[in-house]
Amino acid sequence: MSKPLKQIHLAAHFPGVNNTTVWSDPRAGSHIEFDSFVHFARTAERAKFDFLFLAEGLRLREQGGRIYDLDVVGRPDTFTVLAALAAVTDRLGLTGTINSTFNEPYEVARQFASLDHLSDGRSAWNVVTSWDAFTGENFRRGGFLPQDERYSRAKEFLATAHELFDSWQGDEIVADQATGTFLRDARAGAFVHHGKHFDIHGRFNVPRSPQGRPVIFQAGDSDEGREFAAAEADAIFSRYGTLEAGQEFYTDVKSRLATYGRRPEQLLILPAATFALADTDAEAEELAREVRRQQVSGATALKHLEFVWNRDLSGYDPEGPLPDVDPDVDTDHIARGRAQVRMYRDPLATAREWRELAEANNWSIRDLVIHTGNRQNFVGSPSTIAKTINEYVQADASDGFILVPHITPTGLDEFADKVVPLLQEQGVFRTDYEGTTLRDHLGLAHPDETREHRAAS
Amino acid sequence: MSPSAANPATPATDSEKPASALHLAVALDGTGWHPASWREPVARPRALFTARYWADLVTEAEHGLLDFVTLEDGLGPQSSHFLDPDDRTDQVRGRLDAVLVASRVAPLTRHIGLVPTVVATHTEPFHISKAIATLDYVSTGRAGLRVQITARPNEAAHFGRRTVERIDSYDPPVPPSVSDLFDEAADHVEVVRRLWDSWEDDAEIRDVATGRFIDRDKLHYIDFEGRHFSVKGPSITPRPPQGQPLVTALAHATVPYRLVARAADVGYVTPHDAGQARAIVAEIRAEQDAAGRSAEPLHVFGDLVVFLDDDPGAARARRERLDALAGEPYTSDALVFTGTSAELADLLQELQSAGLSGFRLRPAVAGHDLPAITRGLVPELQRRGAFRRAYEADTLRGLLGLARPANRYAAA
Repeated sequence: MSKPLKQIHLAAHFPGVNNTTVWSDPRAGSHIEFDSFVHFARTAERAKFDFLFLAEGLRLREQGGRIYDLDVVGRPDTFTVLAALAAVTDRLGLTGTINSTFNEPYEVARQFASLDHLSDGRSAWNVVTSWDAFTGENFRRGGFLPQDERYSRAKEFLATAHELFDSWQGDEIVADQATGTFLRDARAGAFVHHGKHFDIHGRFNVPRSPQGRPVIFQAGDSDEGREFAAAEADAIFSRYGTLEAGQEFYTDVKSRLATYGRRPEQLLILPAATFALADTDAEAEELAREVRRQQVSGATALKHLEFVWNRDLSGYDPEGPLPDVDPDVDTDHIARGRAQVRMYRDPLATAREWRELAEANNWSIRDLVIHTGNRQNFVGSPSTIAKTINEYVQADASDGFILVPHITPTGLDEFADKVVPLLQEQGVFRTDYEGTTLRDHLGLAHPDETREHRAAS
Repeated sequence: MSPSAANPATPATDSEKPASALHLAVALDGTGWHPASWREPVARPRALFTARYWADLVTEAEHGLLDFVTLEDGLGPQSSHFLDPDDRTDQVRGRLDAVLVASRVAPLTRHIGLVPTVVATHTEPFHISKAIATLDYVSTGRAGLRVQITARPNEAAHFGRRTVERIDSYDPPVPPSVSDLFDEAADHVEVVRRLWDSWEDDAEIRDVATGRFIDRDKLHYIDFEGRHFSVKGPSITPRPPQGQPLVTALAHATVPYRLVARAADVGYVTPHDAGQARAIVAEIRAEQDAAGRSAEPLHVFGDLVVFLDDDPGAARARRERLDALAGEPYTSDALVFTGTSAELADLLQELQSAGLSGFRLRPAVAGHDLPAITRGLVPELQRRGAFRRAYEADTLRGLLGLARPANRYAAA
């Protein structure tokens, strides 16, 4: 007997402040007006998606000592916009990326517990870490966290937040108007945490929220990050959207769960995925090429080459050959506030490889950046994309996808209208929400049940 | 509803000087400001942690054409003690984050201003600035903040980054540790305001020809360096619709009056009669002159706790009943008013003539006194020509007669 069909989870990533997002398209709307968020969230909810996802960055990117101006710049405060979206949606999960370095547990736990109350149990927290002094310049604590301590702080931050969430059991508020008893227990919310990063005690002031705790996402990819996810997270926002890399990551992370007494279905793997959707496969291929050219203008191509060369390349012609000078490996990195710069660990080797590629294919700088950059994960007609997504999920390359459209705010409309119905016909995606909370959508137990399960086993 | 509310308004005759309009806000805190308010049948204490509860209150306030609501908040549980937590189980304990409550109700309302409390003492001005800017975006120009300090040692222990010196009261002479907290709050507001201006209004250019999304010459580092924090900027959030959302603060003494005079658009004060109101307004105006802000509009609102009923005896009886439930008479920093809409309107107009431009009313019982304000007091003031009959502006600054400020970083 073949194994039962897995149900696919789908989420909508609001287009980000990077060159995946095409702002130059005539259809591109505001990235900051609330109407754009409303349109995007309602499209995701109409399509019965599991959740909406917001990324975050706490300092504007810079390159060559100046604010980077070629991509979308600017975004709203994560908590505030998610709370407002709770008012215009009923079921859609609301996932916010919140940094554990430039926040404090008491405040963040209050915000997530409040968001969970205000959304009737739809909140999720993508826990990210950072250590750079560059971002720290915007905050009280500055940038004094050594890089090797970022996971140790993140782990302790999350553990402390959980202690705060759990400081209320959920049955303390009696509010008996006749007898005058509001609280059953005078010590509701009491907590004590003595740790390396946080030494705090007192009383948490938000009663237990519908989900108990927000759903926890993790996005780190290092061995330490994977271990953190296996121990603590409910879902991983991964970068492995291809079949083979996805399967490898999936197997690796799910195999780590047993150590922590957890079952495979208790941690969902949800890679980010871009797509180019058109009526036919041929048209989609054409669209994919066109979008890649929109995403990588000549100016953008030069800036991306600078990530590797670590030099000012503004004098070069993006339609011309690659620079013959070698990357500068001696000075501080030219780009700040970006994750990509760490991808090129050996710039001299990368530069050599790229020159050879460009010469062999007769590529300009812009051609090279387009070809070596990320192609869309899914390219094709609605039926091709629906089929591919389902194949990936059934083949355990993921449990679903966090879709990243390239147009704000309408980039998800066609997917919702044309691809989702096909997945529903195949019986692999819900035709309506069955529960009310995000945990319900993701098939995750309420933390109280998990606790009882562990205690019983 | 007040029985007199059904009577047609009497038009002012030529010989009568029309009353000048005053501004009205309500301060929302749990089920109301009386500690036993949750025991009233209208109180809905079990709904306190739902969006519906807050949406209903703010919608009611908007129904009454009020300028704005403020939302109380704190970084620890409510307490009956001045500085320390208590172990009482007979009063409301616990609350939701005020900024998120404001944001949750923003899409459900259209005109009313939303002014959550933010605590300057333990929070990041960078986060607060973008949160209030975002509240301004989701409400299309109706956001503000009420800045507060905390000298509670237990709240400092929730953060574990600093200890605060124990004090006996906030009354003068103010201990140095408290004036330090106010100085820090002034720095906090300064950073929040600079970050709101750190993007010029037309910074987003979307110039396809050059590939530039923004004109980065119109984004500005704020380079703030203070004793408690340094903040580089610019904000990650573009300048909000109002340019500068409303900044407000409650003040009871010279040190906080100075904060109001230096940094706020609206100050809330607690005079108990017209004479005190006159003296406080004079002190704030003097501080405003000293701060070089005399040309800038600054509202001074009187705070009052209100028990409002159609019959003066009914309001007093209600207060006594609640005091009996609480086990002690209710006291407040603000004047506690007990009476009818007409009596309250008289008092507000008297205080207005002493120099206050508006009032922040604290409903003793939210479920009772808020509708009494919107359905009783407001029509009474309207009949006197002292309150708006329709919302006349789209933004909170607009409702308060405040212009959209020029950006401090924009080239003239």
